[in-house]
Amino acid sequence: MQYLTDRKRATGLGAAHTGTHHHWSMQVSAVALVILVPLFIFTFGHILGHSYAEVTAYYARPFPAIVAGLTVITALHHLKMGAQMMIEDYWHGVTRKALIIAVTCITYAAMATGILALVRLALSHGA
Amino acid sequence: MAEAKAPQRPLSPFMLGPYYRPQITSVTSIITRITGNALIVAAVLIVWWLLAAATSQSYFNVANFVITSWIGQLVMFLSLWAVWYHFLAGLRHLWWDSGRGLEIEMATKLGWGVIIGSVVLTILTAIVI
Repeated sequence: MQYLTDRKRATGLGAAHTGTHHHWSMQVSAVALVILVPLFIFTFGHILGHSYAEVTAYYARPFPAIVAGLTVITALHHLKMGAQMMIEDYWHGVTRKALIIAVTCITYAAMATGILALVRLALSHGA
Repeated sequence: MAEAKAPQRPLSPFMLGPYYRPQITSVTSIITRITGNALIVAAVLIVWWLLAAATSQSYFNVANFVITSWIGQLVMFLSLWAVWYHFLAGLRHLWWDSGRGLEIEMATKLGWGVIIGSVVLTILTAIVI
């Protein structure tokens, strides 16, 4: 006798055993990046290749700094979840867990580094 | 699990490999994943460059030399294409997620749109910057 419904038996059988919140979070960050990525490409692309003095003065301004800060956080959050999705599709068991932990560490470390750098650039201008 | 023994379920073959001919939908899909994950290289490089700019002139010179060297420029140019490709493929994904554009003919058109659009946007950006 079947005590569970077919739907209940099928729930969680995907690669990751869960995922609706993950998918929604990807959609939210994707929409944010539709706005942020072009702004970042043109601000960062504009200043890349300039001198140290010009770069530090540029990122001391609020607009390029805020765009870069938002992009660093949102893009790395999106990258963390996207990389996790790939890992869950191709790897299993302990390897999967180790890779997800590694990606989580790398993306959060990059996020923290980027924010620290932008704060220093914003506060050190004129000092 | 409802049963102690895992039930035998049919497996669908992976889209790449000997099972299917390459199609514009499957090829553009896997490139979306490749470009998205490959962008970690550009992300780490840019964050490092920002850290160097926030640290000192001499450290900035090192990071700036790497990122503007020919190999650095190649990485940045390929990443520019990758980000535009992933951008357009992401828009396509959001459109599909709304339940629209899923007809085969439309999906094929969107695939070509992503490929051609990403090349056009990359060239335009390279000219403007």
